[in-house]
Amino acid sequence: MSEAMTPVNAAPVMERNGMWRRLFRRPVAVGSMIGLGLWVVIAILSPWITPYPPNQTSLDATNAAPSAEHWLGGDRSGRDILSRLIAGAGDALESALIATIVALAIGVTAGLLAGYYGKAIDTIGSWVANILIAIPGIIILIALYAAVGSTTWVAMVALGILMAPNFFRLTRGLVIGVKNELYVDAARVSGLGDLRIVGRHILSAVRAPVIVQTAFAAGVAISLQAGLAFLGLADNSKPSWGGMLQEGFANLYVAPLQIVWPGLALGTVVSALVLFGNELRDTLEGARPRAPKRGEKSRLARTVTAVGDESEALLDLNNLAVAYPTRQGAKTVVHDVTLSVDRGEIVGLVGESGSGKTQTAFSVLGLLPAEAIITGGSIAFSSRRSGMTASNLLGRSIAYIPQEPMSNLDPTFTIGSQLVYGIRAATGKTRGRAKELALSLLARVGIPDPNATFKAYPHQISGGMAQRVLIAGAVATDPELLIADEPTTALDVTVQAEILELIRGLQKERGMGVLLVTHNFGVVADLCDRVVVMRDGRVVETGRTLDVFQQPKADYTKKLLAAILDVDTVRAEIEPEESDVSTHDKETVR
Amino acid sequence: MTTFILRRLLAGVVLIFIVTALTFLLIYAGGNDIAFSILGESATPEAAAALSTQLGLDRPIFVQYWDWLTSALTGDLGTSFFGPASVATTLGIRIPVTLSLVAVSIVLTAVLGVILGVASARRGGWVDRVTQVISVVGFALPSYWLALVLVLTIALPMPWLFPATGYVAPTVSVGAWLMSIALPAIALTIGGVATIAQQVRGSMIDTMRLDFVRTLRSRGIPERNIVYRHALRSSAGPALTVLSLQFIGMLGGAIIIERVFALPGIGSLAATASLRGDIPVVMGVVAFSVFVVVVVNLLVDITQGILNPKVRTA
Repeated sequence: MSEAMTPVNAAPVMERNGMWRRLFRRPVAVGSMIGLGLWVVIAILSPWITPYPPNQTSLDATNAAPSAEHWLGGDRSGRDILSRLIAGAGDALESALIATIVALAIGVTAGLLAGYYGKAIDTIGSWVANILIAIPGIIILIALYAAVGSTTWVAMVALGILMAPNFFRLTRGLVIGVKNELYVDAARVSGLGDLRIVGRHILSAVRAPVIVQTAFAAGVAISLQAGLAFLGLADNSKPSWGGMLQEGFANLYVAPLQIVWPGLALGTVVSALVLFGNELRDTLEGARPRAPKRGEKSRLARTVTAVGDESEALLDLNNLAVAYPTRQGAKTVVHDVTLSVDRGEIVGLVGESGSGKTQTAFSVLGLLPAEAIITGGSIAFSSRRSGMTASNLLGRSIAYIPQEPMSNLDPTFTIGSQLVYGIRAATGKTRGRAKELALSLLARVGIPDPNATFKAYPHQISGGMAQRVLIAGAVATDPELLIADEPTTALDVTVQAEILELIRGLQKERGMGVLLVTHNFGVVADLCDRVVVMRDGRVVETGRTLDVFQQPKADYTKKLLAAILDVDTVRAEIEPEESDVSTHDKETVR
Repeated sequence: MTTFILRRLLAGVVLIFIVTALTFLLIYAGGNDIAFSILGESATPEAAAALSTQLGLDRPIFVQYWDWLTSALTGDLGTSFFGPASVATTLGIRIPVTLSLVAVSIVLTAVLGVILGVASARRGGWVDRVTQVISVVGFALPSYWLALVLVLTIALPMPWLFPATGYVAPTVSVGAWLMSIALPAIALTIGGVATIAQQVRGSMIDTMRLDFVRTLRSRGIPERNIVYRHALRSSAGPALTVLSLQFIGMLGGAIIIERVFALPGIGSLAATASLRGDIPVVMGVVAFSVFVVVVVNLLVDITQGILNPKVRTA
């Protein structure tokens, strides 16, 4: 695994060294590597270490039980089982080598070419791969036996060809992924030839996943070859585990132990290969995502309480604190946030990404990721409606408009069915009434042909249209509080103003309270009655919008206001801000 | 949707054509050698040549293939080299055995895989750990190996419960049929369940983290409906693709497992025919297998189109 170290590819090399080190810390990985290593040594030394010639028959050894002379006993022809087992290891290793080398040579080469050059090579390669992968391998190998007889290497070459598509798809995908990485671009710009780029930069990225696939392929080759020998479709003159399984199976009622030895050998080798591949893959991909535990979600939702008092604010947050568990203990992302929203009022919650504004909004909704913990404070919601409890507020009295319209519609359902479903879940209306309401809402939010959109799937409409649909869904149940999380950030500049206008219109019409999460002071100036500025999980300033704009108290607010021009014009075009939640997700998953 | 199905159908026909043509070229290329292998090495060249002519093996190979293909389209797959039985008739007797075994296994795999996958994605904890262990075992060991273990540990000690060998058609006795295919089906299923469960588990966890799930929750839709109506549907697509690959694998696995349990399916037919050089029978098995694979893939594609509207336009 040594290679010339150059500054350009130093990064991936270091990463890989780390990978092997991590691999050696996993007991299963080390165990499977030791097991494999032992078998490889046995296989290589097999011509010299068998206690008897593997084909030598001796009358006393016929079906003999294990003894000092024959450690594992003798088979029905009187051959020493241990000797045949050792010799069979060589046969297994040989099959694995031939099949994987052929598969690697064809699959990786074609994958590199297809991924790197694309176009015709890619089209042809993918087409051939699709055909090969749909072929039932064993049946072809059986047919092959009818054609060319019992030659192990021919069967294994054929198997290699049949397995090549797996390597092709893997390599192609990896190459396409890495081709446009900066360091490859840099190498291309600096004038390195294609061959050197592929050899040096791309191969190093492809290598580890290909090793994983090779381990699996070797396992398949060994078990398939043994399977063919078990069917009798192999060269019987050479000792092989599959052949021993066949003989042991025929002898099952006389000496059941005879089938156990080749079975154990086959089982240990194949599972060691697969386990090694599994472990290496897990090391590469990091830990598997943990399945969230049940019950955490409902505990969070219950912190929203319904109070019927007219004098109180619609929404009252008091010293809210939210934390995420990390290896170093809980990390607090929202500290002592206090804010309120009155009926008919639009409150802007402003801050940069990571300021905790989205976390605060999701706390109110009860939609924090499962790992999040509300560590302190209270959320009080005062509903004018009867029968509202903490667990049924959501979707009825509190509604939500997300940031990214396209990813917030289920791609597998029509828009109409999603709207109707939501309305029915919240209100229990009949299907017909819910459909009527959905159609009139679609018209209200400015969709030109509500009937057509009702029947359309999400991928058939534009982002601006999708956001209108989501707004229609949010206001369908006449909510008292609307929480909008960056509702215009992901949209074209031309559409942004229309959507804001729509939110303002609906708010006036229905007298909703609105909590508008945004990083954009322009939006705040346009829409909000009051503004709450957050930074690093804390509220740094609260006040009427006009006051805050004219006389900002906090230094941070001043800085933000001063930067409006360059921040907004540049940022809106270059990077739609990443949602706060998704960054936390990544941290906690790791 | 219609063009989508037609295109898939066309791809399937092309696959059948290519695979049968290649296999035919491969196994019929022997020409005169085939006649020798039927008659035995001691046959005179004249006798071999006569047999070649009689079987039509002396004609150009493309003519032979065209002949085979056109008769195959009418359901005539030729006659065995060793006896009067037509290949189609023999296959007709053998296919139900293999198909019933594979069908039971694939249904078991799908149902158990989805249940285990959803459970380990939703509950985590011990369900998740058990699934992980089954996955490693099922993935690491070939199905015929598991079949041999089942024979050693269950069928031999308890022959009154599950027979180690033999097959009873469901038309004779459904109960006896179930008993006769129970062990082979379990052996075939374990590996597949593991793979499907892993796939479903992974995509369920991923899907439940998607934005639209949060929005559905914000509409007050009950969690159970989100899991089963939305998340499972989104996860079903990738799982189906894996299931169709599993099916191809099972068809192959069944062939070896039939030998273990002495089931009279196409597997043992293919092995015996291949051993004695009964090329028309081998050809028939290959054609049938590819046909089944194409039909299954077509069904999977149509289901994908129903599940995910984006696929239809692809």
